Amino acid sequence: MAKIIYVDHLGTERSIDVKSGLTVMEGAVKNNIPGIDADCGGACACATCHVYVDPAWLEKVGAASAMEESMLDFAEGVQPNSRLSCQIKVTDDLDGLKVTTPETQH
Amino acid sequence: MSAADAKGIVIVGAGHAGGSCAAFLRQFGYAGSIVLLGDEPLAPYQRPPLSKAWLKGEADADQLRLRPDSFYTENGIELRTSTRASCVDRAGKRVVLSDGAAIFYDRLILATGRRARRIPLKGLEREGVLELRTAADADRLKASLSAPGRRLVIIGGGYVGLEAAASARALGAEVTVVEKEPRVLARVACETLSSFFQDYHRARGVVFILGAGVAALEGEAAVTAVRLDDGRLLAADVVLMGVGAVANDELAQEAGLSCENGIVVDLAGRTADPSIYAIGDCSRRPLPHYDRVGHLESVPNALEQAKQVAADITGRAPPAPEVPWFWSDQYDLKLQIAGLALDAPTLVVRGDPATAHFAVFHLSSDHRVRAVEAVNAPPEFMAGRQLIGAGKPVAPDKLRDMSISMKEVAA
Repeated sequence: MAKIIYVDHLGTERSIDVKSGLTVMEGAVKNNIPGIDADCGGACACATCHVYVDPAWLEKVGAASAMEESMLDFAEGVQPNSRLSCQIKVTDDLDGLKVTTPETQH
Repeated sequence: MSAADAKGIVIVGAGHAGGSCAAFLRQFGYAGSIVLLGDEPLAPYQRPPLSKAWLKGEADADQLRLRPDSFYTENGIELRTSTRASCVDRAGKRVVLSDGAAIFYDRLILATGRRARRIPLKGLEREGVLELRTAADADRLKASLSAPGRRLVIIGGGYVGLEAAASARALGAEVTVVEKEPRVLARVACETLSSFFQDYHRARGVVFILGAGVAALEGEAAVTAVRLDDGRLLAADVVLMGVGAVANDELAQEAGLSCENGIVVDLAGRTADPSIYAIGDCSRRPLPHYDRVGHLESVPNALEQAKQVAADITGRAPPAPEVPWFWSDQYDLKLQIAGLALDAPTLVVRGDPATAHFAVFHLSSDHRVRAVEAVNAPPEFMAGRQLIGAGKPVAPDKLRDMSISMKEVAA
């Protein structure tokens, strides 16, 4: 279990307990966090679960795979700390992880 | 239930579209009552994994479920599972349930989905003849393939058939796919893609019988063989019927709403009745980038229309029209398709199908991208989707040239 802090584009924070093994995307969808659509349900096929990882957490979260990188390349508003949240598995180590959601996905 | 309860939204159909629409309504600030009716015993879940990870036993019920059961109570959404609506009384603005009870609505959202098409065929009722639409269907299929070496005959070489074939091979079944067209995916993909998938499946032990009609499903109580039109007999322990889907639009038809293989709606999901919307697989909608109407059977479409309706009801600006897209996972292949191959006479292949890493672009006569079919090629898919939306011409030679990145092609 880890507490994941989802920050929307207006700065509103929502703190959610997410079971280890689920992804940051699943934690958001199951709790109706706005700003993460996840059209494909986690197949890394759509880039509609794009988030910005708080820079302090980048190292712990790890790097994106080549597949994810190539999807992110074409997402809107990509920054160096962009990730697809369906590719971040929650572990106890990520307790306190903060991610910001963009205003819209696509 | 009295007329005093007539304040609120009733959603008929608790699939991906219906469940997501309820969630978007709350996200967008709708505070009235929401009743979500589903005829299955389960809360809204994802159907795409049923033929993939779920069938192979790689996903659990928690992952399949869109949201935890507690979500609905916490958000004031009255979810009623195993509940079937039997008619819509538009004049009285109420939905009558199969047990005779009625629920009044201010707004009604039909999200009734599609069901597996049943073709008239002798022996359909035999044990071991299955279809794949619901979690219960998938559980039956999984159980029937639990022992290795079972002989599975799949009637229909569409996406459901091919995904089930790949998963069944992973479970150790012997798999034969019978398709009446001369190639698989005939209605939904180009020839390059069809022949690529046929080769890929064949190399993994799937047998295809193409251009063949089915005469009957033979056996006693249980099915034992599939008889083809030419008399050939294929031994079978399990038969999966995967011959398409039909819209569950009877409720709307009987209520006098316009239906043509789907409930006709506009870009806000509205039917001709200002109180009634229809979304997801059951609807027939305008296709903005293609100047026509049609139905889209996909999760992205279900979500897009769920958003359109939630925005319309809550007075939000309508969401921007999206480029339709689809995906399929088979073995280690990720197929991503953007757009619709309509009015697109020119095909450009980028990459070599033999490497299982390529894309087929469908261009209009003035070289605008109308659709892209990408196999293990996310940049081609993502750039293609953007190019379709932008409607800007591209040079086929650049598109074909792998030394030019898709970023550059799309720029």
